[in-house]
Order: sequence, then structure tokens, then C-alpha cells
Amino acid sequence: MNGDTFKLIIYISFGTILMNNFVLTNFLGICPFLGVSKKLNSAVGMGLAVIFVMTIASIVTNLTNRYLLVPNGLEYLQTLAFILVIAGFVQLIELFMKKVTPPLYKTLGIYLPLITTNCAILGVALLSVQNEYNLWQSAIYGASAGIGFLLATVIFAGIRERLDLNDVPKYFKGLPIALITAAFLSMAFLGFKGIFG
Amino acid sequence: MKNRSLQEFSKGILKENPTFILVLGMCPTLAVSTTAENSFMMGLAATIVLVLSNVIISLLRKLIPEKVRIPAYITVIAGFVTIVQLLMKAYLPELNKALGIYIPLIVVNCIILARAEAFAAKNNPWYSLLDGLGMGLGFTLAITLIGIIREFLGSGAVFGLQIIKNIPMPSVFVMPAGAFLVLGMLMALISALTHKKTEIKDCSECPMQCLPKKEKGDN
Repeated sequence: MNGDTFKLIIYISFGTILMNNFVLTNFLGICPFLGVSKKLNSAVGMGLAVIFVMTIASIVTNLTNRYLLVPNGLEYLQTLAFILVIAGFVQLIELFMKKVTPPLYKTLGIYLPLITTNCAILGVALLSVQNEYNLWQSAIYGASAGIGFLLATVIFAGIRERLDLNDVPKYFKGLPIALITAAFLSMAFLGFKGIFG
Repeated sequence: MKNRSLQEFSKGILKENPTFILVLGMCPTLAVSTTAENSFMMGLAATIVLVLSNVIISLLRKLIPEKVRIPAYITVIAGFVTIVQLLMKAYLPELNKALGIYIPLIVVNCIILARAEAFAAKNNPWYSLLDGLGMGLGFTLAITLIGIIREFLGSGAVFGLQIIKNIPMPSVFVMPAGAFLVLGMLMALISALTHKKTEIKDCSECPMQCLPKKEKGDN
């Protein structure tokens, strides 16, 4: 591995985890971000499942695009092909996991059906094609996007656990205060742009 | 008949507004609402897909086997999204650039699949058409409202028309943080108006999760 490859890896991973965080800057995967961040434990489980699925989805869609769609001039079918390939592949892995590693299935398995056709997963696939990443670059991109999701969701879950104990104004309870919390978290992540930009 | 038609159309605008009351499709609502124009066009694109997919799914509702219905719905929706995307690329290239991947991501917009599953799969094409129109209009109005607020507060303009010229505006509103902030404030306002607490949707309510099988998370 030479210096340039290393630089590129750092650039893709830090850029995706911190600067262009999937949840807080790109608004991809808002549903699981809000829905599964009530408890820290489930946020970690969901985050790990997202890393797993995103990495696989971005590898699989990269191969689909390169060897199936582009040679046949079918790029316009990207959206449809990606969503079907991702859904099919994740289900296959789920079956495999259930059979081979039941403990792993117990921690990650329950989150897999929730995220197979999530906008964050399809977003990773579409963005890595748009950025013209090759196979290993898109794998790193997928994993980093997942790590970014894990980071944001875990921080958010931690804040929300504290928030439950606080006296929130009546009409701000529930979703409104969660969104405002996310706004401050997003502002904090904005700071990273200054470091790397 | 006439009353029911009117009811199916109008429920999506206020009473069951997909953004503010049903809290569906948060991703595009937050992401593209940086300007009023982008929001309006996003709403329009989603409405077109929603109406067409609702009608087709309603027509096919007796032919699609129960077990594979979600993949079938997604395929229908993805087909229409691709059509909209190609048309936009050809005739509105600038807008296509501004909305970026959020156009193909209409496929996984919860509003569309949720309406297919909850309404079009059970009702005739006419009511499904009206339901799609009403829900689409409700979504367009909501996202445009957020777009107007964010554009005005962030840059002092509305639909590109500069209203405030000499005072520097807090540009945080056109940044991602502003989207969360504006939507949070609006949700609190809705909650105050309807006297109901806006709950955070559990992921088990998401229509997507029944894709492989029904299993509830422990959340």
C-alpha cells in the first residue's frame, strides 16, 4: 500500500464519518435514528447492524453496477436493481446468520429487517456509484457511513436517556425536543468541517 | 359517494397530514427544504409518484399475492420514480442537480409505501387516486412551508425573491442543523394546536420492516 492509497482511505473515512455524517448532514436514515435511539443498548445494536448492511450493500451494488448494468447500458435501472439486490442479499445473509451463528443473529438479526430498504442503505449505494468509487473504496465508504450512523445514534441515545429525566415543556415532549436535540448535535458536527475543510 | 370522495381527498391535507400528523418521510422533508422552490418541486415529484403508484397498486391489488406484496409495491414505485427521474434529467437538469440522490430515494420514502400498504391495497382505484392526490398535496404543502421558513430565516428570500436586503440573516437555517430546528419548532406548534403529544415513531411501525417478515425489535 503506498502513501496515496492511505491518504485516500483517511480522506474517505473521516470525511464520511465526521464531515458528511449520513444522519446529521445528509439526513439519510432519520427513521432508525429517531426510532431506535430510546435506549443505548438498542442504539448500539442497530448501529452495528447498519455498519454490516451498508458495507455489504455498497460492495454488492458496486459489483452489480459494474458487471451487470454498465456493460448492458442499463444505468437507468440503478434504483430498481439496487433496491432488489440489497433486499435479496440481506435476506440471504439473515438466513445464513440464523443457521451458522445464532448468537450474532440474536444481537443483529432483529435489526436487519428494519434497515434492508432504508433510505440510508440505498443512499450509500447511489452515492458510491455517483462518486465513482472502485470496489475497495466503496467498501470503505459503506463501512464509514455505517460508523458515522453508529456514532450519531449512540450519542443521540445517550442524550435522550438523560432527556427523559428532565422537565421538558409540555408541548415539546416526544418528537419536538428530540428534533431540537438533533439540531444541536448537527451543529456540533458542523465544527468538523472546519478541521478537514 | 361524493362525500366519501371528498373525504378521501381532504384527509391528507390537514387531519392526516403525512408530515406533521403521521410523521412519515422525514428524510426528504429535512434534506431538500433548504429553499422554497426545491421543496415545492420535491413535493410535486413525490406527489406524481404517489398518485401513479397508488392507482396501479390498487388496480393490481387482487392479483398480487399477499406474501410478495411489499417487493411488488417497491418494484411498481421504483418504476415510476425512474420515469420521473429521467424526465427531470431531460427537462429540468438544474433542479435534478439540486435535489440529487433524493429523487431516486423517493422509492424508499415511507409515505408512498405506507399509502400503498394502508390504502391502495384495500380500496378501489378512484379512492386511491384521491388519497394519493390528497396525501401528496399535504406533503407538498408541509415541505414547502418548511422550505419557505428556512429560506426566509436563512437568506431573507422567499422563492428566490429577496425580501430582506441589508440585514445579515443567520445562515444556520439553510444548514442541516436548521432543518432539525425548524421542524422541531413546527412539531411543537402542531402539538400545541392539536393538544396531542407527538410521539416518536417506533421502527416496528415502519411499513418497510414487513419486507422479509414481521418481527418486532426490543425497543
